[in-house]
Amino acid sequence: MQLTDTEKAMRDGSGGEAVAAAMDLLIRYGEALGAERLVETDNVAGAFNASTPSVRKIAERGMDEVFSRLNLDSDRTVEIPRLAARTCQLITGIDDQNWALQGADPQMIEMQRASEAFVGQRGVNLMATCTPYQVGNVPTFGEHCAWMESSAVVYCNGALGGRTNVEGKESTGAAALTGRIPYWGYHLTRNRYGNRHIRVDVPVRSMLDWGLLGYFTGERVEENIPVLEGALAGVDLVTLKHFGAAAASSGGVEMYHIPGHTPEARSAEDAFGPNRAEEQHVYDAAARKQMYETLQSATDRKVDFIMLGCPHNSIEQVGRIAALLDGKRLHPDVALWVHTPRAIRTVAERSGYVARIEAAGGKVMSDTCPAISRRLPPGVRVIATDSAKQAHYLPAIAKVQGWFGSLDACIEAGLTGIWTGDF
Amino acid sequence: MPTLSTPTLIRGRRVVGGRAEGEALVTTQTISGWGGINERDGSIIERRHELVGQSFAGKILVFPGAKGSSGWSAFFHMTRINGVAPAAMLFTRTTTKMALGAVVTRVPAMTDFDADIFESIRTGDHVVVDAEAGEIHVTRARAN
Repeated sequence: MQLTDTEKAMRDGSGGEAVAAAMDLLIRYGEALGAERLVETDNVAGAFNASTPSVRKIAERGMDEVFSRLNLDSDRTVEIPRLAARTCQLITGIDDQNWALQGADPQMIEMQRASEAFVGQRGVNLMATCTPYQVGNVPTFGEHCAWMESSAVVYCNGALGGRTNVEGKESTGAAALTGRIPYWGYHLTRNRYGNRHIRVDVPVRSMLDWGLLGYFTGERVEENIPVLEGALAGVDLVTLKHFGAAAASSGGVEMYHIPGHTPEARSAEDAFGPNRAEEQHVYDAAARKQMYETLQSATDRKVDFIMLGCPHNSIEQVGRIAALLDGKRLHPDVALWVHTPRAIRTVAERSGYVARIEAAGGKVMSDTCPAISRRLPPGVRVIATDSAKQAHYLPAIAKVQGWFGSLDACIEAGLTGIWTGDF
Repeated sequence: MPTLSTPTLIRGRRVVGGRAEGEALVTTQTISGWGGINERDGSIIERRHELVGQSFAGKILVFPGAKGSSGWSAFFHMTRINGVAPAAMLFTRTTTKMALGAVVTRVPAMTDFDADIFESIRTGDHVVVDAEAGEIHVTRARAN
């Protein structure tokens, strides 16, 4: 791999031991990919804090050791300096304020706080969300980024025209210290054109529709780049957030185009560039119904947990939940948790939404989600969610039954304790 | 026991250098890290995976590549820390998840083969991986 003089100097220790370890990892990683060079980045989103039991033993030896081992893959414990690139923390394991409700061990929240103090001092913005683009980190068109979190990556590439691959815990650590990441995959224009076509024949408007379309898209195109055309309405931050998360869960979609809506596709011609559609798929009423059925993993209609906010909810989504629950009361056997970034939760509180949700018996959580934390209210057997991603992952992770449907269907189940669904 | 027949030679590209040998564990299904493996014992836990319940610890893992969450590398990284990593990784689809995961697992890894590894290698075969030389040598397990 070709390195610039600055990068060679970093490798050889000009920036200190931590930067040298970071450059060593980037070289090993770049060579594994077959990348020709590195590219500069000033936008890193990764996982830096210590919040899981498996990290505890390492954390006992200090936070430099946690970063060295887990974020740099270094056998030597190096002293971590201030980071070179603008960096944020993604979703984490424990809700800083609702940890007791999550059933987290007090020692675990202490460890998470100690690690956050450490990385915060070095420049990590503790956004603690899977949706950094909702709370101040909005990549500009063409900006080279180094992001983890599949739902954030697909939003960055598809919806914003930022450029990132799916990075990992170690590569984002190295990128944060060096401001570099391998120039490979989605950083190159030639790898961003569409190669699959999806014709949408059944109207897609609601959140439920966009989730089902996303799940269909991932299942059909796997890791390829779909171009979607047809009966699409209501393209906005919230629908694209849901669509991308679903497509990244059922397949491995990291980039897509919706001509006329997404930034690299003013037209289908733009979207395909030099490529052609190697496969055509049609999304129709039968496909929609099939996806809806695939996402159901429950048989018992008696629901005891409603999970909302995957990916983390926008302020409008929290407001809508508050409106639907206004003056009502959840069924006594049902818990309802809404997940939204800490910054948005503050606005929701000020707007009266949190009070209304809590008056109905629900909770507004931040920083985490049940799939990441693996923590649900005690005794949960059957969940309902409006998120295709959560319906895909949570039943397997938490060994529960899962219903998937619209927000209205989820709220209805929360009030009655019984799932009736949307079909 | 492997037979004494001449090993088959397959050439490929080095992803992570080194040399390892052992028994092959072959799957044509991609593997998830987060939610797909138990990093404490090196087993596959994804319910619908054909290898569910089997351990790759110390095996030559032959598979198409990585799928799922960006936590892939961190989970395979933990298998090394816990002493239950595969002995080598042979895969066909290079992605950032796969490449970074192989790098931090620090076992010999190869891709871009001149033969179909899923045809040439069966579970139980004895495989020598020489990533430095870009070669793998496969000795068929007793006829099955």
